[in-house]
Amino acid sequence: MKINIIRISVFIFLIFFIIIMFVGLTKNNNYNTKNLVGNEISEFQLISLNNNETFFENNDLINSQFTLINFFASWCSPCRLEHKYLIKLKEENKKIKIVGINFKDKKDNALSFLKELGNPYEFIAKDSDGSVSVLFGVYGIPESILINNEQKIIKKFIGPINQSHYKELVQIIN
Amino acid sequence: MIYFLLYSPMLIADNKSNLLEITKNLRCLVCQGQSIADSNSDFALTIKLVVEDQLKSGKNKNEIYKFLISKYGEWIVYKPSFSKDNFFLWLLPYGIFLFGGMIIFVILKKKKHS
Amino acid sequence: MLSNFGISSLLLTLTLSLMIIYYSFLDLRISNQTIRKKIYKLSLFQITLTILSLITLVVAYINSDFSLTNVYENSHTAKPLFYKISGAWGNHEGSLLLWITILVLFSFLFLIYNSNHEKQYRLYTLIFQNFLIVGFLFFLLLTSNPFNSLFPIPTEGLGLNPILQDPALAIHPPLLYVGFVGCSIYFSAAMASLVSGYEGKLFAKSIKTWVRISWCFQTLGIIVGSIWAYYELGWGGFWFWDPVENASLLPWFAISALMHSVIVLEKRDTLYSWVILLCLLTFTLSVMGTFLVRSGILNSVHTFASDPTRGTYILSFLSLMIFSSLIIFYKNYKKNFVQINLQSKEFYILVNNWFMVFFLFTVFIGIIYPIFLDVITQAKISVGPPFYNIIIIPLVVPFLFLMAIGPQSKWIKHRHTNLYKFLLLFLASIVINFLIYFIFGSYSLLSNLIFISSIFLIIHSAIDTYQLVKKKVKFEYPRIISHLGFGLLVFFIGINHHYSIEKDFNLKLGENKKFDKYEIYFETLNMEQHNNYKAIVGSFKLINIKNNSIDFLNPEIRIYSNPETLTYEASIETKLTKDIYLTMSNITRSEYYNIKFQDKPFMIWIWISALIIVLGGSSRILGNKKNEN
Repeated sequence: MKINIIRISVFIFLIFFIIIMFVGLTKNNNYNTKNLVGNEISEFQLISLNNNETFFENNDLINSQFTLINFFASWCSPCRLEHKYLIKLKEENKKIKIVGINFKDKKDNALSFLKELGNPYEFIAKDSDGSVSVLFGVYGIPESILINNEQKIIKKFIGPINQSHYKELVQIIN
Repeated sequence: MIYFLLYSPMLIADNKSNLLEITKNLRCLVCQGQSIADSNSDFALTIKLVVEDQLKSGKNKNEIYKFLISKYGEWIVYKPSFSKDNFFLWLLPYGIFLFGGMIIFVILKKKKHS
Repeated sequence: MLSNFGISSLLLTLTLSLMIIYYSFLDLRISNQTIRKKIYKLSLFQITLTILSLITLVVAYINSDFSLTNVYENSHTAKPLFYKISGAWGNHEGSLLLWITILVLFSFLFLIYNSNHEKQYRLYTLIFQNFLIVGFLFFLLLTSNPFNSLFPIPTEGLGLNPILQDPALAIHPPLLYVGFVGCSIYFSAAMASLVSGYEGKLFAKSIKTWVRISWCFQTLGIIVGSIWAYYELGWGGFWFWDPVENASLLPWFAISALMHSVIVLEKRDTLYSWVILLCLLTFTLSVMGTFLVRSGILNSVHTFASDPTRGTYILSFLSLMIFSSLIIFYKNYKKNFVQINLQSKEFYILVNNWFMVFFLFTVFIGIIYPIFLDVITQAKISVGPPFYNIIIIPLVVPFLFLMAIGPQSKWIKHRHTNLYKFLLLFLASIVINFLIYFIFGSYSLLSNLIFISSIFLIIHSAIDTYQLVKKKVKFEYPRIISHLGFGLLVFFIGINHHYSIEKDFNLKLGENKKFDKYEIYFETLNMEQHNNYKAIVGSFKLINIKNNSIDFLNPEIRIYSNPETLTYEASIETKLTKDIYLTMSNITRSEYYNIKFQDKPFMIWIWISALIIVLGGSSRILGNKKNEN
């Protein structure tokens, strides 16, 4: 009797184990931080790219219903590809403001990048050593983070913004 | 000679060795299975800088881990937390050890009956 | 053409395997004690064909025959000949062919070398082994065929991955596979033993050598893999508790446990069911390891190109193996009476198994738990070195003590304890430990215990050797050598861990830096052009301020063009007392280079100790072969 209980429980455990492995096969292995959505943004102080005296802080987020924080750099080619959507976003939507954070870049290069492709940014911050990107949980660029006026992260767009991301964005802010 | 040997650099704890300890426990998110300490990627260099800054400003390693976990998730630390999620992970090994010990104890006791 | 030849030989092998199964079943009914000649011939034919198909693949690589998809994807005309050959098994499909070759080889060898054992048992072993062969052949032919042809035939291949062009990496798979796949034969033998009733001492005798062979190769394979990681991966470490490394460690623990228990079964005719379970477990773990590594379920530095369909197949096959072996085990399980006395040799071997199962389980749960958690709660966590170190290291301390005392005890009943010897050696270990502690630098309590226990094992083994030489008992040497090697390994790893110096800093050409007892000068930077890569070579002069010795180190950044990859080659100065390890990497958009410097004491002794462990085990096999002749 005791032996039978052991046998049956071993079988059940093994079946359970194998099912989990099968399901595990279907999961995507690559890690991303998309599940950190819903958290509140921590305290930050962004320094302007143009001078060291202008700042953008948490309180400034209240001024618009939504803010999109976009990490970019002049040397980043996917950033070039997504830039037109940022311009479009700024021109067609009043509810959202875009803040650009220039990641590990030189000021002159960044400014010529914006001169060439257009400037959708309400405020351009600098992040010469990457420490600001860590504050926002960014690990590669481009990345854009949508925040509401209550300082909550609504969505993270990891990688360049494309057509479907754009549609999604527009849907959320309306 | 003994004086000079006694003051071996290993006895002196400094910021640098702390940095290494912490970065070895952090996972590089964009690499395949490398720690921040071992990786040469851009992301790893950024994190190293941030950890160094935080150490200089007086934070201890648990605060730094907590900070990075809040930004990047649990995946970034190699040491799993002692939470209820990881209850089985930490306790099962020694549980099995004790269980094995019990089995041996039972086997040993059998000699008395023979 | 080669493609057709390769596929036909594999299909023939498949047919032969099925024929072997069929004829073996037929021969089971005949009650004499000799196996039909036909079965021997079929086996010989089978192994010849399998080796032929492996050779075909190798020849295709040597000729850079890109009509085979596999050669196209994994080779290149510019690859040196040695790496063209090793490239044949350095990919998923080719390695699977190697896997099958070893399965067939062991099937054949077991058949020939076991003629003094019972016929039914041998036939059943052949049958089960061929079921495994058929299963893997189907896997290969259906999902991973190395002989798939490509048309139109490309003029050049894709596979010039520089990381794979390394001597250690070339021999690492064959070594490891003989270990992994060698387990298959005693898996089949265990099933055969259950079904035919051929148990006890005789069963132990028939599988003993095979267990040892697979153990030696598995250990060697793991060591070579670590050596490769140390020299090639540029981080100065040799074990990362990476899931793929762990997957090779799981069978190792099981084989080590089995290696000890099978001695008990042979000498005392007890623990039969446990030995059977271990035999079944070991190969199951090998196949599970294959599943984890090739299915894409894990994230690791070592993963092959992963493919979920392959994963599904292997998992299904694995499930079939597990359930059928368990069912056969349960059906044939007879409760044998186990009586073991405290402090007898059987007791200590049982204790060894207890620890081995613990280590195995810990590594197993470390690999599997993140998968479980992800499936059940969607949470993603990492389980890395801190987990394994915290759980495993404390128990290594008593384990080392037991490794010293255990072999001393006698079979059946404990005679007397040489308490005097024990205490003397224990005291000596403590003294030596504290000498190290106070002279060279302090470490934690746990490390003190590790040093004391490893030194105890080392001295104890040395004294044992001396006593054995006096008594002229030869058969004990292998055991002492292996245990001594293990003690040395733990000792040197401990020293290396505590007294390593690691420094990470940024330097520009022409600059120098002072740290600890060193001064390093970044002297020159040169561009070198080689056959298939460009190298940026940095020349560094390292001065040891304490003893005024000078070393020159030349780490490289290699830029390969085909495919475009960047690798960092470490510059390693190996000496008897330490290794000096230097890597250099460029920081994008900066003139600075990131330099990682390591001073690693006694690094080479770690490799030597590990090889001593294998030496012990292998001398046992060779010694036995002499005795049997």
